[in-house]
Amino acid sequence: MVQLIARVWEVLTRRIDSMLFAAALAIVGVGLVTLFSAADQSMARETSQAMSLAFAIVLMWMFANIAPQTLARAAVPLYVVAVAMLIGVAMFGVVVNGSRRWLNLGVARFQPSELMKVALPLMLAWYFQKFEGRIGWRDFAFAAVLIVVPVYLIKRQPDLGTALLIGASGFYVLFLAGLSWKVIVGLFALGAAVGPMVWTHLHDYQRERVLTFLDPSRDPLGAGYHSTQASIALGSGGIVGKGWLNGTQTHLDFLPERHTDFIFAVFGEEFGLIGNALLLILYLLLIGRAMMITAHASTLFARLLSGTITLMFFTYAFVNMAMVSGILPVVGVPLPLVSYGGTALISLFIGLGILMSVQAHRKLVTS
Amino acid sequence: MTRRLLFTRRDSGGFGTSELRNPERDLYHFRRRLSLVAALVFIAFCGLFARFFYLQVVQHAHFETLAETNRIAIVPIVPNRGVITDRNGIVLAQSYSAYTLEITPSRVANLDETIDKLAQIVDVEPRDRKRFRKLLEESRNFESLPIRTKLTDEEVARFAVNRYRFPGVDIKARLFRQYPFGEIASHVVGYIGRINDKDNERIAAWDETANYKGSDYIGKVGVELSYERELHGTTGVEDVEVDAGGRAVRTLRRTPPTAGNNLTLSLDIRLQQVAEAAFGDRRGALVAIDPTSGDVLAFVSKPGYDPNLFVDGIDPANWQELNDSPDKPLLNRPLRGAYPPGSTIKPYLALAALTSGKRTAAQTIYDPGFFQIPGQAHRFRDDKPGGHGTVDMYKSIVQSCDTYYYMLANDTDIDDTARFLGKLGFGQKTGIDVEGELTGVLPSREWKRQRFAGKNYREENRKWYLGDSISAGIGQGYNAFTPMQLAHAIAMIANDGVGYTPHLVKSVTNVKTGEVRVIASQPSSRLDVRPADMAMIKRALVGVNKEGTSAAAFKDAKYVSAGKTGTAQVYSLKGEKYSEHRVDERLRDHAWFEAYAPADHPTIAVAVLVENGGFGASAAAPIARKVFDRYLLGESEPGAAKDVPGAGDDEGD
Repeated sequence: MVQLIARVWEVLTRRIDSMLFAAALAIVGVGLVTLFSAADQSMARETSQAMSLAFAIVLMWMFANIAPQTLARAAVPLYVVAVAMLIGVAMFGVVVNGSRRWLNLGVARFQPSELMKVALPLMLAWYFQKFEGRIGWRDFAFAAVLIVVPVYLIKRQPDLGTALLIGASGFYVLFLAGLSWKVIVGLFALGAAVGPMVWTHLHDYQRERVLTFLDPSRDPLGAGYHSTQASIALGSGGIVGKGWLNGTQTHLDFLPERHTDFIFAVFGEEFGLIGNALLLILYLLLIGRAMMITAHASTLFARLLSGTITLMFFTYAFVNMAMVSGILPVVGVPLPLVSYGGTALISLFIGLGILMSVQAHRKLVTS
Repeated sequence: MTRRLLFTRRDSGGFGTSELRNPERDLYHFRRRLSLVAALVFIAFCGLFARFFYLQVVQHAHFETLAETNRIAIVPIVPNRGVITDRNGIVLAQSYSAYTLEITPSRVANLDETIDKLAQIVDVEPRDRKRFRKLLEESRNFESLPIRTKLTDEEVARFAVNRYRFPGVDIKARLFRQYPFGEIASHVVGYIGRINDKDNERIAAWDETANYKGSDYIGKVGVELSYERELHGTTGVEDVEVDAGGRAVRTLRRTPPTAGNNLTLSLDIRLQQVAEAAFGDRRGALVAIDPTSGDVLAFVSKPGYDPNLFVDGIDPANWQELNDSPDKPLLNRPLRGAYPPGSTIKPYLALAALTSGKRTAAQTIYDPGFFQIPGQAHRFRDDKPGGHGTVDMYKSIVQSCDTYYYMLANDTDIDDTARFLGKLGFGQKTGIDVEGELTGVLPSREWKRQRFAGKNYREENRKWYLGDSISAGIGQGYNAFTPMQLAHAIAMIANDGVGYTPHLVKSVTNVKTGEVRVIASQPSSRLDVRPADMAMIKRALVGVNKEGTSAAAFKDAKYVSAGKTGTAQVYSLKGEKYSEHRVDERLRDHAWFEAYAPADHPTIAVAVLVENGGFGASAAAPIARKVFDRYLLGESEPGAAKDVPGAGDDEGD
């Protein structure tokens, strides 16, 4: 009997990286505590988030038990399906709030750009692994096409924020695969030159967001409202914060989107600079551990995949906190593991599962 | 940029050449880039920390002031709840605006002290304090809660002068719900109450959370509940500048609310008053339906309660009294009281027998005063000692002869009976437009099998016996129907077999556009019987009121009516003779009466139940008479027309 329990425990835990898992759970804990306050102490969202968490952990365990090489086999079909769905969205997608982002699958609506977030890094990592050792500029050029197609399709939905994030994940793979510095510098130079041209192609609301970011007082009731109120929330929190459940900005309804994209403002108001520092440390622990796993990964595919997952974690966390604290314009990016929302939580834990799989399978190949 | 950082295939051997792969070197370069990334991540996080430090330490005082002072608050404006009127436009529920004195607990340091100080300026009763405590427990700290409602103008003025002394206390105008008729029709109109967690789930399921921002009340019972979404309206928004005390300084922008829709009930409140008065102190239920449309004209559940008690949050003493009373005033008897139908079921069984061919109208039986299942000793007694003698179908209904129906039940399969009664709506919800309706019990073999399923019962408990059929044959036994179901069934007979889904709301009026939406009254069921059979039953029902069990109650009526009495046993006497005086009041039989009028062209059908009223003819039938007189002649008392010739106009109550 004891042996059976020990065996079950062994099966459940052998692929689980305890440090990664602990850091993630600590951040989720911060999220749940903050959510309780943001949701006006209603248990409804809390329960819903906890149920998503349970589901996400099960998926994490499953992915931790899938060898990276198995994932590699899924890369091409997944990418092809995701691109096909994006084209499907462009042709007969459902329009919500003026954007055509959703595909109606009969039972549920599905946002193919979510799938692409996973499919693109997988595809690129698979491609570079296939040609490992003889990767030339032609390969990078082909990889660039693989990136540009979905990014363009998502950008014209229009969903600039997601397009940029997916573009970034593709860039991370190229960078880690050894893209020449000359090209990187060239790209940035080109970006700076093309920037003014892009401006004329932006949608009104996108331009408005950038202008408002530069001067939040431009439109105190409209687009600048989020930014201004979030800054007030953080700033008035001070060093030690106003205390849990006592954020006035939060509870007097000044903070918009306070369960989701702006939950960090709730946290910062109630727990202050000390709380913020603690959260930054937790993210650093998580990202640091993920980087160590990446550094010791056994194959190029595993390295590129885990490296990109790690960097996307960082990107989401950074962009969200920078947005809430007014360093970046308002873009719809949730704070990973903290913001309310089942889909994001599940994707993130799948990412963690892949990292754990990379860690667990490193010796099997090298030895 | 240093040469060392340049890493391309060209540097490490050039593309297209067949130089040996160098995994060690690849890994080295990969880790170098990873280290660079790690450094960037760290720098980026330091940047964030610096920004937080700037906001939360350097600029803290500035933002603290901003948070404390001049801010823009988005204030919801609660829409006016729709008015509920009866079919003639008499108001049954309305909203009015009144001043309340409210405290935001999070802004007040010492609640008790503040309330004590407030009590020196305005009246604060112990009752108000108790209610405030209760609200405080149920609500969140940031909500503003009323300590006093319905302030007089003088109290408002007195507080306004002293306002500066009370941060966190303010006067607000809130909408209150008022039910002018109090107990009358309370089970129809229902009441509203403060929104609780369960209500919030309901609101979330409607996807209306934003629309209920600022709303404190929601329909809890009756039409207020079932038509909540019509009545509520659309919440408006006001952007106001607020000062440090959270008080509005000026309005910047305003989107006005849209008032909820008004409801016109099919109920006639004057008729309802007559019906409720006719019950006196007795407990019971009455449903009156217009058989040609399904309009519910009166809907009585006695005793009722005063819905006004619930509006501000009922105080514990009143609640306990209502909830613990053995008279169960909160029970909606027409929908949630299931009673054995007694003899009121006989006309339907007779119609079933005619339709199936088990009996013809002329066929007679001999009633010696009891019935025995062949080969068994048990005697099923008839009400009349010595029996009714020779009885045909007409006489069996007019005199309510039990033996006739014992014999009929003996000849009929219970499942066939259940199928026929099901078509009249028995054993199923009538579909009336308020919540909580019971299905009652329409017994059949299948029903008994399921009712006594499980380990606690043995197989013989589940089996259907002939004795079960015999009891059910006179409306006793397992049968249990709601007064609503009986009213629906008799209305179907009155309307020659065509049934309408009963409804309490006749039309919905959009206040803004003036558009009136009539709740459709389409026939919802049709009884497939021969017209001659239906005519036979209707002739017998007329006979009941003319020369039968309820003839006394309808003596000298100016119209021809049809009806059937019934008496439902509450307590089984096991063969002893029933005597009203010897039985405890609560164990006395329930009195039933079903009727419609005028007989040739019915415009009203009723079911009356008087709990523990004894014999149906003497307790329940006179109530139906009063309702008919009022509805058909405009009289509130039978016989009043003799004194006032040509009466028929409204005489006031």
